[in-house]
Amino acid sequence: MKIAVLVKEVPDAAVVKRIDPSTGRMDRSGEKNLNPYDTHAIEAAMQIREGGAVEVDEIVAVTMGPTSAVRALHKAVSLGADRSVHLSDDALAGSDVAATGYALAQVLQTESPDLVLLGQQSDDGECYTIGAVVADHLQMPSLTQVIKMDVQDGGVLCERQAEYGYDTVQVEFPAVISVGDAINEPRYPSLKAIMGAKKKPLDTKAIGDVDIAADRVGEVGSKVVAAAFHAPPAKQGGTIIEDEDTNETVEKIIAWLDERKLI
Amino acid sequence: MSGGHGSQNGRVAPAAFPPPVDPQKEFIKRGLDPEDEIIEVGVAIVGGGTAGLACANRLLQLLAEDPETLERLGEVPVAVIEKAKTCGGHNLSGAVMRPEPLEALFPELSREQWREEGFAFGEVTKEAVYALPNRKRHVKVLPVPPNFKNHGNEVISVSALARYQQRLAEEAGAYILTETAATQLIVEDDRVLGVRSGDKGRGKEGQELGNFEPGSDIKAQATVLAEGCWGHLTGAAIREFDLASNREPQVWELGVKEVWKVPKPLDRVIHTLGPWPLHLSAKYGQIGGTWLYPMKNAKTGEDLVSIGFVVDLDYRDATTSAHDLLQQFKLHPLVKGILEGGERVSWGAKALPGGGYWSVPKLTMPGAVLVGDSAGLVDAAALKGVHHCINSGRLAAEAIHAALKRGETSFDAYEEALEESVTGQELYQVRNVRQPLQKGFVAGGPLSGAAIMTKGKIPPGRLSWHRDDEEEMFVGNTKDGYPKPDGKYTFDKLSSVFITGNATRDDAPNHIRIQKHVPRTLAETWVWMCPAGVYEIPDDAPAEGLVDLTVNYTNCVQCGAITAKGGRLTPPEGGDGPLYQIN
Amino acid sequence: MPGILVYALHYDGAFNKNSLGAVSEASRLAAELGTEAHGIVVGEGVSDDLASQLGQYGVSKVFRVEGPEGLAQPVVDAMAKVIEDNGHDYAVFGGGLLGFEIGAGLAARLNAGVTMEVTTVRVEDGKLTAERPILGDSMISVKHYKDRGIIIGRLNAFEIKETGAGGAAVEDVTVEFSPFSTRAKMIKRGEQRGADVNIEDADVLVAGGRGLGKPEGFQLAEDLAGAFGGAVAATRAVVDAGWYPYAAQIGQTGKTVAPKLYVAAGISGAIQHKVGMQNSENIVAINKDANAPIFEFSDLGIVGDLNKILPKLTEAVKAKKGS
Repeated sequence: MKIAVLVKEVPDAAVVKRIDPSTGRMDRSGEKNLNPYDTHAIEAAMQIREGGAVEVDEIVAVTMGPTSAVRALHKAVSLGADRSVHLSDDALAGSDVAATGYALAQVLQTESPDLVLLGQQSDDGECYTIGAVVADHLQMPSLTQVIKMDVQDGGVLCERQAEYGYDTVQVEFPAVISVGDAINEPRYPSLKAIMGAKKKPLDTKAIGDVDIAADRVGEVGSKVVAAAFHAPPAKQGGTIIEDEDTNETVEKIIAWLDERKLI
Repeated sequence: MSGGHGSQNGRVAPAAFPPPVDPQKEFIKRGLDPEDEIIEVGVAIVGGGTAGLACANRLLQLLAEDPETLERLGEVPVAVIEKAKTCGGHNLSGAVMRPEPLEALFPELSREQWREEGFAFGEVTKEAVYALPNRKRHVKVLPVPPNFKNHGNEVISVSALARYQQRLAEEAGAYILTETAATQLIVEDDRVLGVRSGDKGRGKEGQELGNFEPGSDIKAQATVLAEGCWGHLTGAAIREFDLASNREPQVWELGVKEVWKVPKPLDRVIHTLGPWPLHLSAKYGQIGGTWLYPMKNAKTGEDLVSIGFVVDLDYRDATTSAHDLLQQFKLHPLVKGILEGGERVSWGAKALPGGGYWSVPKLTMPGAVLVGDSAGLVDAAALKGVHHCINSGRLAAEAIHAALKRGETSFDAYEEALEESVTGQELYQVRNVRQPLQKGFVAGGPLSGAAIMTKGKIPPGRLSWHRDDEEEMFVGNTKDGYPKPDGKYTFDKLSSVFITGNATRDDAPNHIRIQKHVPRTLAETWVWMCPAGVYEIPDDAPAEGLVDLTVNYTNCVQCGAITAKGGRLTPPEGGDGPLYQIN
Repeated sequence: MPGILVYALHYDGAFNKNSLGAVSEASRLAAELGTEAHGIVVGEGVSDDLASQLGQYGVSKVFRVEGPEGLAQPVVDAMAKVIEDNGHDYAVFGGGLLGFEIGAGLAARLNAGVTMEVTTVRVEDGKLTAERPILGDSMISVKHYKDRGIIIGRLNAFEIKETGAGGAAVEDVTVEFSPFSTRAKMIKRGEQRGADVNIEDADVLVAGGRGLGKPEGFQLAEDLAGAFGGAVAATRAVVDAGWYPYAAQIGQTGKTVAPKLYVAAGISGAIQHKVGMQNSENIVAINKDANAPIFEFSDLGIVGDLNKILPKLTEAVKAKKGS
C-alpha cells in the first residue's frame, strides 16, 4: 500500500508569533520547523511499515507552502519518507483552511494513496480539521484525533477520545487519519538519514500541474475573510483576600464560587 | 573529598570540590567504528558559530576554484556540526565588530548589504565611556581609552550573522548538521580522526528510551574545533595533546545581555567601567563593566539597544550574579534615560574566555585545529572577539585547504599565519592588560591602564593568571543591591529563560557535572552565578555546613560559566537549549 | 428563508451541554437576523421527545435523520442535503470533536467558509460576523463570510438559554449516505477508562506546586478535587521532584488546560506554568506569599496558609454540593 503523509512547515515554537501589520497575515519571517504533530504522523507511517501487518510500498511526504517548505520535506524524509512532493504557487498564498484542504486533496488525487496521515493540528493554523476537509474532497472516510491505530482487514482500527469517552472505529482503506501526539514517540533521525535526505526525490508542483482551479484557492478562493484583529479584552484585576479568620475566608470563597455557578 | 580543604573561616574554593568528570577518559574515543557504520566527510567543523562558519565559508570559496581537491574530499566535503536548532541559536555577543575580517571573507558584500541581510545595525559614529561612582551619578571618562575606541566599527548580532553565514555555507554546498552535538573526539595513534555525534533519546537516568538513536562516528581528513568559550571537545583535546603546556591557565567572564526596543534612538556606543554596582574593594574581587550599543533594524526601521553586564568569574563574593547586576544597572539614571518606555525583546547569557594572549593554547594538533573563542582568541580589554573568530576561521580554512591540496597532514601554517595577522598583533598588544586587575581595580588599575596606553610595552614579560575556581568564596552583600523584579523593566531569571525559547525535553538526562553535596558557601556561589536559575538550595537546608544542591538542568541556557567555577557543562542532546535570534 | 441550521449531538437519550449552547446561540442569532433557526439530529431511533426538546432552546423545527451515531461524515451528508433543500445560510456547531469534523467536512462539501474556535458571533449588516482567538489566545481575529458560513464554536463558548418555548416540530428526512461516509464503522462508543480523568477534559482542576511543602501535601489537593468532582494537576517543579506523576504536569512543557475552574495551591505562577493554564475561565490562587506572581492574573487570590485553608474549603465544598 502507499501512504501519503501531509506535513507542514510552521514557525518554531520559540518564535514569538505575531501578525504582520502590512499583510494582515501571520509573520512567517522567523525560524521555521516541521510541525511537531506531523512527526507523529510520519512515525505512525513508519510503524505501519515496520509492523509487518501490511506491505507498505511507499511513504510520500506532501506539503503545500513557500520555497522554504522544502526543509520540512527534508526532515520528513530523514524520518523515513521515501520521497516528497512540494506544492508551491503564489496563487495559493492566503488560502483559508477550506481552500488549503481542497488544494492538498487535488495533489493527493495524483498520488492515489491508500492511507493519508497527518498531524491533528498545526501550531499556526489552530484549525484542527484539515483532515476532514481533505477527506471530503477525496471521498474517503476520515477520523481525527486518533491515538491508536491497528492495521487490519483492509482498513485500520482506530481509537480516539471523543465527547463521551473513548471510541473504537474501524475505517476502511483508502482513508484519511489525523493523529494526536499521544499516539507514539517519534524517532530521531540518524545522521546518515539526515545527510541522505537531500538526495531523495522531491517533485515541485504548481497549481496547473495538479488541476487546482485558481479561483478556488488563495485570497480569491477563500470564503472567509479575516476582516480585522484586535487585542483580547483586558483581564479584570482579581480580588485578593488576606486570610485571617479561615472560616470566614472559606465562606467568602464559597460565595464567590457560587456567584459564578462553579459549585 | 569533602570537608577539610578550604573550609577555613567559612571560605571555600570551588576547586576543592571538582566535578565528577574525566575528560580524557569520557570525551575521547579511541578508534573508529566499522566502516559501514561511520560517516565520512572531508572537513568536519564542530560548532556553527561565526568562527566555524567562517571556516566553512572560506573553505568552500577555495574549493569552488579547486575541483581536484574538492573531489578528494568526497561526497561531503564540508560538514558543520551544530548543537542548537539552527546556527546562531546558541550565539551571543555585544557586539561592536571590527569590519575588516568580514570584509575580507565576503569582499562583494557592502556594509549596506550587511544591514539589509539583518545581521548588522549601523556604523559607530559616536562613543562614550563612563565611570559610575554610585547609583545616581555618571562621569564621562576623557579621553576615551584606546581600547574603547570604536569609530568605524559595526554593531552586529552574532546570532543573526551566524544564520546568514549558515545560509551561504549551505548554498555553497556545506552540510550543516543542526541539532547535533559532538560529544567525543576520535583519536587514534595520536591523531584526531574526527568526532562522534551525541546520542538522542536517553532518559533522566541515561537509560535508552523507546526512540533511542545512537550517535555516529564522523571521520574527517581535518577537524576544526570551533565550539565557543567552553569548548567541550577542546578541553579534552588540550589535555590529550598537552596544548596548554607552558601557557597561562584560561580564565572566563560571564556576560548577561538584553535587547530592548526603545522609543528614541541611542546616538552612541557606551561602555561603563563601574565601579558601581560592583564593589571596589579587592576583598570582593569584582571586575566588570557594561555596554550599551545602538541598533537600527534596517528591515523594520525599529530602534533597538543592546545592553549587557560582564563580570570576571574570579570574583570572591558568592552572591555575585551577573543577571541581577544587569537588572540593578538598568536602574541607573543613565540607563533609564535610554530604556524607559521601551520593551525588552531578548535576553541571553554567555561566558567568554578572558585570559588573552598568554592563555591561548597551542592551536594545532595532528588532524585538528582550534579557532575562535574555543582557542581563547578574545581581546577582553576591548571586548572584541567576533572579528578574531572570523579571521581565525578564515586562516584555518586556508591552511587546511593548502595542506589537503598538497596531500600534507600538518596544519601548523595556520598558527603561524594567525600570529602574524591582526589577531596575533592585537592580542599581543593587550597581553598583560587584564592580569593586574586580579589585585582589584584600585591596586591593579594603574598598571592595566599603562599596558593599554603604551600598547603593551609596559609591563614587560608575561603576567600570570590564577584559575577562577581557586578563588576562595565568601557570602558577601552584593545581593543587597539587586532590585526585586517588577516584570516590566527588571526581570527575574525564570521569565528571562522563558523568552530565550529554551526548549528542553522534560525527561532529558542531566548534562551538568557537579558535586551535589557541598559547603553552603559554594552552593550559594552557584545559585547566584547561574543566570538561568539552574542551581537551587532547598528551603530546609542548614544555614551552615554541607547542603544538598538541586540542579534544574532543564533551565540551562548553556552559557558555560559553571565550567569556570567548579562544575563542568557537557553538551546536552542536540536541539536543546535556547534559540537566540538577535543576540 | 430559513437562516440557520444547528447541529445537536446526543448520547444515551440526552444532548450535550456544548450542543445546547450552540442551539441557544443559533436561535438568538436567527431572531436578530429576522429569520429562523432549525436543529438537526442524526441517530438511531431518536425519539420524538428527545428531538423536539431542542424547541425549548429556540429552534422552530428539528430535522431528524436516521443514521449512524458518533461519526461525522454521515452528518455532513445529512446537513448538506437539508441545506440544499431548504437554503440555510449558516450552519452552527458547538465545539468538540464531532462539531469540528462535521463543520469542516461540510465546508468542503458546500464550498463554504468555516471558522473554528469561535468565541463570539455578531450580526452586522444582516450578516453574521465571527470572532476567534488566534496565536495562542494572544489576539482576536474577526471573520466575515463571503457567502454561506459555517461557525464552529469553542468548547462551551455559547451560553445555554431556554426561551420558554415548548417542544419543536420534528421533520423526518431520509438521506442517502455517500458510499465513503459509511466506510467508518463505530465498534465501541463512549468507553470510560479507569478513574484517571484526563486533566485536559476536567471542568475543575486543583493544581499543586512547591508550596504544598512535601509529596504528602498532594493529599490536600486530591481531597479538594474529589469534593469538586474534578482532577489534580501539578507544576513541573513538583513533578521533577517526584511528588506527582508527569501525566498531571501543566505548563510550558506539560499540558495546556482551560477548565472552568483552576485552583492553584502553593504555586508561584512563574511564566513557564502560566502559559499552560492562563486561559482557565476562573483562576483561584492560594499562596502564603502576597508577592507571588500568580496573584497578578488570578481572579480570586487568597494570601494564607494552604494547610489551614484547603481542608476547610474541602469540607465547605462538600457541604454546599450535598445541599
